[in-house]
Amino acid sequence: MGMTLAEKILAAKCGKDRVSPNEIVIVPVDCAMMTDILGPRMISDEFDRLGMGIKYPDRVVIVADHYTPAATEHQAEIVDFSRRWAAEHGVSRFYQLEGPCHQLLAEKGYSRPGNIVVGTDSHTCSSGAFGCFGTGIGSTEMLGVLISGEIWFKVPETVRINWSGSLKRGVMAKDIILRTIGEIGHDGATYQSMEFGGDTIEALPMDERICISNMAVEAGAKVGLIQADEKTVEYMLAHGVADAAEAPRYAPDSDARYCRVLNFDAAALEPVVSCPHEVDNVSTVSEAGTVKADQIYIGSCTGGRMSDLRMAASILRGRKVAEGCRLLVSPASRTVWMQALKEGVLGTLSEAGATILASTCGACLGLHSGTIGRGEVCVSTTNRNFIGRQGSKEGSTYLSSAATAAATAVTGRLTDPREFL
Amino acid sequence: MRGTVHKYGDNINTDIITPGKYMELSIEDMARHAMEGVDEDFYSKVKPGDILVCGKNCGSGSSRETAPRALKAAGISAIVAKSFARIFYRNCFNIGLPVLELPETDEIGDGDTLDINFSSGEVVDLDSGRAYSFAPLPQRLLDMLDAGGLVAQLEQEKNRRGEK
Repeated sequence: MGMTLAEKILAAKCGKDRVSPNEIVIVPVDCAMMTDILGPRMISDEFDRLGMGIKYPDRVVIVADHYTPAATEHQAEIVDFSRRWAAEHGVSRFYQLEGPCHQLLAEKGYSRPGNIVVGTDSHTCSSGAFGCFGTGIGSTEMLGVLISGEIWFKVPETVRINWSGSLKRGVMAKDIILRTIGEIGHDGATYQSMEFGGDTIEALPMDERICISNMAVEAGAKVGLIQADEKTVEYMLAHGVADAAEAPRYAPDSDARYCRVLNFDAAALEPVVSCPHEVDNVSTVSEAGTVKADQIYIGSCTGGRMSDLRMAASILRGRKVAEGCRLLVSPASRTVWMQALKEGVLGTLSEAGATILASTCGACLGLHSGTIGRGEVCVSTTNRNFIGRQGSKEGSTYLSSAATAAATAVTGRLTDPREFL
Repeated sequence: MRGTVHKYGDNINTDIITPGKYMELSIEDMARHAMEGVDEDFYSKVKPGDILVCGKNCGSGSSRETAPRALKAAGISAIVAKSFARIFYRNCFNIGLPVLELPETDEIGDGDTLDINFSSGEVVDLDSGRAYSFAPLPQRLLDMLDAGGLVAQLEQEKNRRGEK
């Protein structure tokens, strides 16, 4: 019996020929990532009291992305504390204002094929787009990882998700993952590995693949893996990861054992949205009814990369944001920001009436830079629409692709982007 | 362990338990807002030792450990649910808050008194008189809970090494 992608990575990392679902393995952690919101501030007292130190400081990455730029004095103190803690504990890899951590892990080469990445953010599964076993953990779990340099995992069962065929114009990776979660359910892959494949996935650029892996946790999954290929290596090389080609690119065996296999037809996929207040509450845009939008948010580690911004610009070029509606754009990283600037994408969006924000997690979880008020509706390219997530619990969030979000900005109501393409 | 039940439904996610807007606060202050998304009076209702009972997919969403920590700080001593999201489940053990998967939570009423024995794998609802059994926890998790969580366990191990 062969192995799935998750089993291959874990077996290689724990030095075994093979591992099987439900077996407990202990693996070394290649990259331990902490954010400002759930990082040093949550563990510092206990960590210092234990006095055991960080085993591998050069494997630790600290990213101030949730409270940057700080909206309050207290947020500023948390960012400052994170920076000082990193310096005091020999962690040189500290970043701030570079963008949400998952995009940063991708661009800086920390999301590396065959590696184990853990982070104090549930969307660390984004690293799966690189064939990298990335998963979210809690702060105390991270404390254990810092001290030991390793972590235990129960080897997950794997659900294989195949997408075949060509996407229609105006349909994006976000539609693929929302449709998948709509089918599986928000707890349908709990504890499992989601392994995405098929010619549709292979044809997607890395930008779009990251969007898919990013949301695996929204179905409850531990990881959302995509087999690394030439595109993976090209992306890493383009971002300055010189030894990208040397990383092991595992493939699942043809006789791997899956707990479930799902097959989807990309050609039949229409633009979809997750309606309030659960991610698996998925409907086609055309069937979602009339939804007036107060705010449109294009950004985050889920929906703020170049593919998203270019798509939004192609719809908004020569058009204006609807009266009474605000469009906020937060590029997924400083690198994305600069690229979008060079390509004229930020200009196009600004001319249409968009407000370009810093690269930050802020609005995604109602911290700052786009918090919604009572009764307001936000159409958002982010990953979660839980009640109160983006601000008032009397507000609501519809999750969509950047194409749908841009079309919605033009009309002021939830709109199928194909009307403008 | 024995406590009074506070009963909620399915998908009690981490944004409900500790909303993002309160994440700047201390755990004790965050606890005052715990569960605000579904019950504004949660904090004032809970007494130390009480038990939270939920439906499916409890703790879904964020990796924020503030969720179980705030519940614990509010007085919750154990959580029983039909199923848990994995990061939340792991976080609970790491901070020393025992959790238990039980398919029959629909039969347990708000305000009932539950008696839970994690070592033997038994739960008794003292109001309905119904008893349930569950697979006892693996020893490594029982040890972690006995110690009071991962940090306390690491501290014990360190002290033991120091004594040798």
